[in-house]
Amino acid sequence: MYQKREHLYKRDEPYVLKPGPEGYVPPAAASMGIELPDPGEGLIYGRKTNEDAVMEEIAKQMLTGKNPTLFPGPLVLWNWNDHAKIKAHAVLEIANEIPGVMIIPMPDYRPKYPKIEPEEEINPNHPNLTIWHNKIEVCIFVGLHCHYANLTLKMIRAGTNCLTVAVCAEQGHEDAMLTIRDSDDNKLRRLAQVIRKVRESMGIPAPTRPPYGGGKREIVTPEEWAKIRSQGLSSLTAGTPPKGMPMREGQMPHL
Amino acid sequence: MSLDYVKSTPGFEKFMPKDYRDLIDHGPFGKKVSVSQVGTFKEIMEEHPMCAGCAMTLFIRLSLISLPNPEDTIIVGTAGCGRLAISQAAIPFVYGNYGDTNAVASGLKRGLMTRFPDKHKDVVVMAGDGGLADIGFSMLMHSWFRKEKFTTVMLDNEVYGNTGGQESGMTNIGSVLKMAPLGKKFDKIDMPDLAKTAGCAYVAMVVPNNPKRVEQCIKKAVLIAREVGPTYIQAYTSCNIEYAIPTDKVMEDAKNVENDRYQFKEYISDEAKQYLGEKWGYKEYAKKAIQTTEVAK
Repeated sequence: MYQKREHLYKRDEPYVLKPGPEGYVPPAAASMGIELPDPGEGLIYGRKTNEDAVMEEIAKQMLTGKNPTLFPGPLVLWNWNDHAKIKAHAVLEIANEIPGVMIIPMPDYRPKYPKIEPEEEINPNHPNLTIWHNKIEVCIFVGLHCHYANLTLKMIRAGTNCLTVAVCAEQGHEDAMLTIRDSDDNKLRRLAQVIRKVRESMGIPAPTRPPYGGGKREIVTPEEWAKIRSQGLSSLTAGTPPKGMPMREGQMPHL
Repeated sequence: MSLDYVKSTPGFEKFMPKDYRDLIDHGPFGKKVSVSQVGTFKEIMEEHPMCAGCAMTLFIRLSLISLPNPEDTIIVGTAGCGRLAISQAAIPFVYGNYGDTNAVASGLKRGLMTRFPDKHKDVVVMAGDGGLADIGFSMLMHSWFRKEKFTTVMLDNEVYGNTGGQESGMTNIGSVLKMAPLGKKFDKIDMPDLAKTAGCAYVAMVVPNNPKRVEQCIKKAVLIAREVGPTYIQAYTSCNIEYAIPTDKVMEDAKNVENDRYQFKEYISDEAKQYLGEKWGYKEYAKKAIQTTEVAK
């Protein structure tokens, strides 16, 4: 149980999970009374809220925050099976609705010493380096295994001012400022639609450039982007993903 | 089964760091690579935080190149110098608590055999002399007694190098170390003989001076462990810091030690010989297997 810094928090008021920096060892959100959302719900700054409202808040933050970034994890970056392919496609759909979004991958969890390349990748063992280097103030994590997502989210809250969003295929993450649960490919596509709707309602024009890599490096060329805008994502992913792929009985949602 | 799972999902190739793109395009996955081809493919371990001149790092590097199926291998390690390098390799690494590596590997291997009955998933324990011969001794021996089908590789630097130079069971008698100023009073544990007695199907003692030999030992040990039984490799990987070996003399030291107390030894059970000969085309063992059969007739 977190004891030392208890005096910093008002005991009678519910703990609000805000962007950091919260200090070297922030309390685990669960130890401060924040619970995981129930099905159909999400968390907004630690409070259980209807999932649609959470999606709208995610959209607003990603559209207005500084250097919005998507951090896809191993479950969507590697070609495990058809479902991973479909989910990866849906993640790119989200990216294509956010102007100026960066995509910085977390391909695996191995420690990187003596150094990582913070422009190119994010590592769960020192995610703050990538956040600091790219001056990221709002980000979405998707496709990470839960244990490393928890580690990463706590470290980011400890040492950066970044607002974190966890789009989780399981039960959500209480250490993220915004989180939704049970995120299969349909829910990811729904999030992309919500972002588009909110963007249009805010009068923000559609992205005119493709997503960047870290450090705002152009990864997709303007020519490729023109093709993507005219022909849809299938031109980027070299083929249409299988549609309505049924999941095997007993298969985990993220696999 | 295809090797799609070591490729990135469509659309994300461009966003993957260069290191990973190289691994996908030029890595050893799904290919048969050899130590003699180093420099022509992307290795699964390149950067590491080990000390300059570390012989253990060279041995780990050679071992990882030698794995028959790196894309289907899981390494189990524990506290010590070796895990600093192994955990950075582009293959799964499980960090067992100090002493329980072989228990973890037993469960892991059994789970993989149940989950993937039609496919070989190799488990290799790679830990130091302290992790295996001292603190992990009980788990190690019992995994052998139970005939668990995985390979154990001891990175024998003959000292607790990571914590300042305490003597281990594998330190030689009389050795004076920073934290053992009176010198060790007992003999080095004879682990290869113990392994043989405990029922290992393959036992080898090597030094990293001869890369091809290291490769052959690792390949044989991993292949035999798939179906025959436990296998054990003990490698001399000096700690040039604790034994004050100048960086440029590390290989010379390994050569001297090889000529002295670490001569190459290999034991292969008859069953393992037959398996290598029949299943994996090792000609030398195929002949011997046939001869044995003829004599028996």
